[in-house]
Amino acid sequence: MKEIVIKTDRLSKRFGDFIAVNEISFEVQKGEIFGFLGANGAGKTTAMRMLCGLSIPSSGTAEIAGFEVYKQAEQIKRNIGYMSQKFSLYEDLTVSENISFFAGIYGLTNREIKEKGEALVEQLGLEKETKKLVGSLPLGWKQKLSFSVAVLHEPKIVFLDEPTGGVDPVTRRQFWDLIYEASAKGITIFVTTHYMDEAEYCDRISIMVDGRIAALDSPSKLKTQFKAGTMDEVFYQLARGAKRGD
Amino acid sequence: MKQFVNFVRKEFFHVMRDRKTLLILFGMPVAQILIFGFALTNEVKNSKLIVFDQAKDPASQELIAKIEASRYFEVERSVMNEQQMEAVFRQGEIKMAIVFPAGFNSGLLHEHHAQVQVIADASDPNTANMLSNYLSAIVMDYQSTRSKSLVLPYRIVPEVRMLYNPQLKGAPNFVPGVMALVLMLVCVMMTAISIVKEKETGTMEVLLVSPFKPILVIISKTVPYLILSLVNVASILLLSVFVLELPVNGSVLLLFGESVLFIITCLTVGIFISVKTDSQQVAMLISLMGMLLPTVLFSGFMFPIENMPYPLQLFSNVVPAKWFYIIVKSIMIKGLGFEAIWKETLILAGITVVLLVISLKSFKIRLS
Amino acid sequence: MRTIRFLLQKEFRQIFRNRAILLLIGVMPVMQLLILPLAANYEVKNINLSVVDHDHSGYAQKLVAKVTASGYFKLRGYGASFKEELKKIESDEADLILEIPEGFERNLIREDQQQLFIAVNAINGVKANLGGAYLTSIIKNFNEEIRIELLPPGRFNPGPVIEIIASNWYNPLMEYRFYMVPGILAILVTMIGGFLSALNIVKEKEFGTIEQINVTPIKKHHFILGKLIPFWVLGNIVFSLGLLVAWLIYGIIPIGSLLVLYGFLAVYLLAILGFGLLISTFCDTQQQAMFIMFFFMMVFILMGGLFTSIDSMPDWAKLVSRFNPVSYLIEVMRMVILKGSGWRDIWPQFGIITLFAVVLNAYAVINYKKTN
Repeated sequence: MKEIVIKTDRLSKRFGDFIAVNEISFEVQKGEIFGFLGANGAGKTTAMRMLCGLSIPSSGTAEIAGFEVYKQAEQIKRNIGYMSQKFSLYEDLTVSENISFFAGIYGLTNREIKEKGEALVEQLGLEKETKKLVGSLPLGWKQKLSFSVAVLHEPKIVFLDEPTGGVDPVTRRQFWDLIYEASAKGITIFVTTHYMDEAEYCDRISIMVDGRIAALDSPSKLKTQFKAGTMDEVFYQLARGAKRGD
Repeated sequence: MKQFVNFVRKEFFHVMRDRKTLLILFGMPVAQILIFGFALTNEVKNSKLIVFDQAKDPASQELIAKIEASRYFEVERSVMNEQQMEAVFRQGEIKMAIVFPAGFNSGLLHEHHAQVQVIADASDPNTANMLSNYLSAIVMDYQSTRSKSLVLPYRIVPEVRMLYNPQLKGAPNFVPGVMALVLMLVCVMMTAISIVKEKETGTMEVLLVSPFKPILVIISKTVPYLILSLVNVASILLLSVFVLELPVNGSVLLLFGESVLFIITCLTVGIFISVKTDSQQVAMLISLMGMLLPTVLFSGFMFPIENMPYPLQLFSNVVPAKWFYIIVKSIMIKGLGFEAIWKETLILAGITVVLLVISLKSFKIRLS
Repeated sequence: MRTIRFLLQKEFRQIFRNRAILLLIGVMPVMQLLILPLAANYEVKNINLSVVDHDHSGYAQKLVAKVTASGYFKLRGYGASFKEELKKIESDEADLILEIPEGFERNLIREDQQQLFIAVNAINGVKANLGGAYLTSIIKNFNEEIRIELLPPGRFNPGPVIEIIASNWYNPLMEYRFYMVPGILAILVTMIGGFLSALNIVKEKEFGTIEQINVTPIKKHHFILGKLIPFWVLGNIVFSLGLLVAWLIYGIIPIGSLLVLYGFLAVYLLAILGFGLLISTFCDTQQQAMFIMFFFMMVFILMGGLFTSIDSMPDWAKLVSRFNPVSYLIEVMRMVILKGSGWRDIWPQFGIITLFAVVLNAYAVINYKKTN
């Protein structure tokens, strides 16, 4: 039996009268690449923020890496990595300064910081850029760096919120190579995206519509279920019925 | 024209939506008027005084009672020796000490002469000066009550009339200053920061590629601040008339006209700063140090320009707020008409034109 | 502890890479300390005087000569009509008009009494008050002289005389700068500390980096400490720079102990930085934080007793100034630097400012939400 690392039960978030996330229940296994899809405003980001301990749920339960979100938010934070929609490294720090800062606050020892930092830089081919300010790098590199920093402390789960927005297809491909590598190390990937080709890369995907999970399965099974040739069509069939959006 | 109105409306939404900033913008003049109007006075009263009475005779007691009765002093306590006196001064509360030597009364009775020592905490020289004057006046007064001769011959009686401000309030001096300061703040700082913010977040590019002249984009950003500023002018005038009871002696229309001129000056400065800078923090710093500080320093409402060294006096002439301050003071307090302030108006207009030309030029350079 | 080290390292790197901050630290102290004391000179002198002399007598001329010789007044006009000279007041060329009526000398001798008219531009109350007082006291002296001149000796017995010996402690030359510089130093550290700390967390919010921090296991108080310490160090540096400038340019050396000065400053900085951080936890944009901070700074500085003494404020304003941390720093600065006050003299202020520091920082930590 596989280890379950994310488990939610009727997890909800209300803002006044508005129900952003409406009783979602699902499980994610260790090492899985879990795609979290939905139109704009479907509630993806809110749901993800609850799982990361950034937002307190209104009702329902969720367990992340064996800790529950209400009381053990700080333990959860030790075991996850996070990369937000907005690029979130410090633009006014250099590549190596960013690496050692984030590694440091996750409690890595100086030796670990040095070794892992060097490995990371080498993997991304950034050897010449370590002393450059992150703000001066092209967006694609920033995104890759941001991801590598998010998994540097070897979290159990890494949450990625639309990580590849605005980058070119080649870089996106390279970015997914990084994701596969992390997944192979046993890190669970929880990723939201708008790109349907990326959805195909996931082991399983869920599609949110109006705050609820409308479908959840592997891409191929979903395609059969909805009698669709591509994930695009699956998504379109589901999203068409949505009442809210932007 | 319709496009322009559209743009202006968008800017209004931005401004109106940020409630916290809006609150500050309208709260600022109110707070300033209240503080300047009621909290800050140069009048000295109830200053704490200590007595070192070595005489302890009827004369010294009488004089102490007289000091106690005046509204300027509160006799805090008596000290027994010099060391105690010093210790009390160091604690900071006491501003003044009076020392009676032994035999004060008998000196007055038999030798027609006695001494008192008056010690002021001169770390604050102006207060020390005023308190010394008041205390001397009380002593003099006491002296003349002891004097036998009644009416002096050959009296010169000065009759002092206080023009414009008979009660010597602070308000007439600072209301025009607050006006200059608030307008400066709203127009320069807000405009500069809000334009730079669009640059920082990248939305400026979107506006600049729209089929709309770039300069109109910029102008439309300034319109809400122009209107906000006029509202502020009105609220300052209302507060000063109804709360401070300081009427507008001249023409209100003229006052608003001149305010519009000054607002345009400030907006131009704001635009200039925004063209030259790329981050909000830098824009803020430049408007703070480059405009706000000079306004406070050199407009003449807080610091007397005539006491400054000559180079600074000379510099004050290029500070727009100085001229606006003179204009407002002339219209509002002295009730003068345009014929008295046309020179200042011309100077202000001249400064505005120069600034406008410079910022338009740098704006064009920036675009190409 | 290690977390804090990494946070500090990051903050310092960012600070030293920020042009705006370096500009602020470098230019502000010099600007303020060089220009403000020169500009903020409230000594009332050089009062512009206009004389309207309808008498043209010897006494009238003597009086005018005495007034101009006093050093307080500058003769700006000597005209024949009050109306003409009033125009000078309207255009700010003159502050004061002394009108000597026709028959001044004759009436004084024949009728024992004669009036003089003084009109003062009272828009600036202080200047008017002092100017008027100076002029009347000069006239009074002139009066005495005339009396002695006119009266045969012995006919007039002035009665007992109380001689007043005045001494001015702590600042015998009555230099206004000595009073201003310690106050300006206080304002300086307050502004730098307050603005920088207020903008800091908000900037992370605006750029989105705060999200990244919030998902890490950093503790709230670690994060706040990481923000506090760098600005605390900066505040101390700016203050030391200011002290140096005060010594080099104005020759002001603290009479009291430096230990007391820095001890008080250390706690004060914590208080004002905590206040800045508190504001930044309330705001979403730098613009907001800037304006809110600006508002408080303005109130704090105006009501802090830098320009006008707190003693003469009305009761409600005195009450407000008790909640104004800046007023305590200004007071202590002046006490220690000018009067040499020690721990025993400043402990009440020290206690209050400690309370400020604790409350403001605790509030900031509580109000900084990692979750919503």
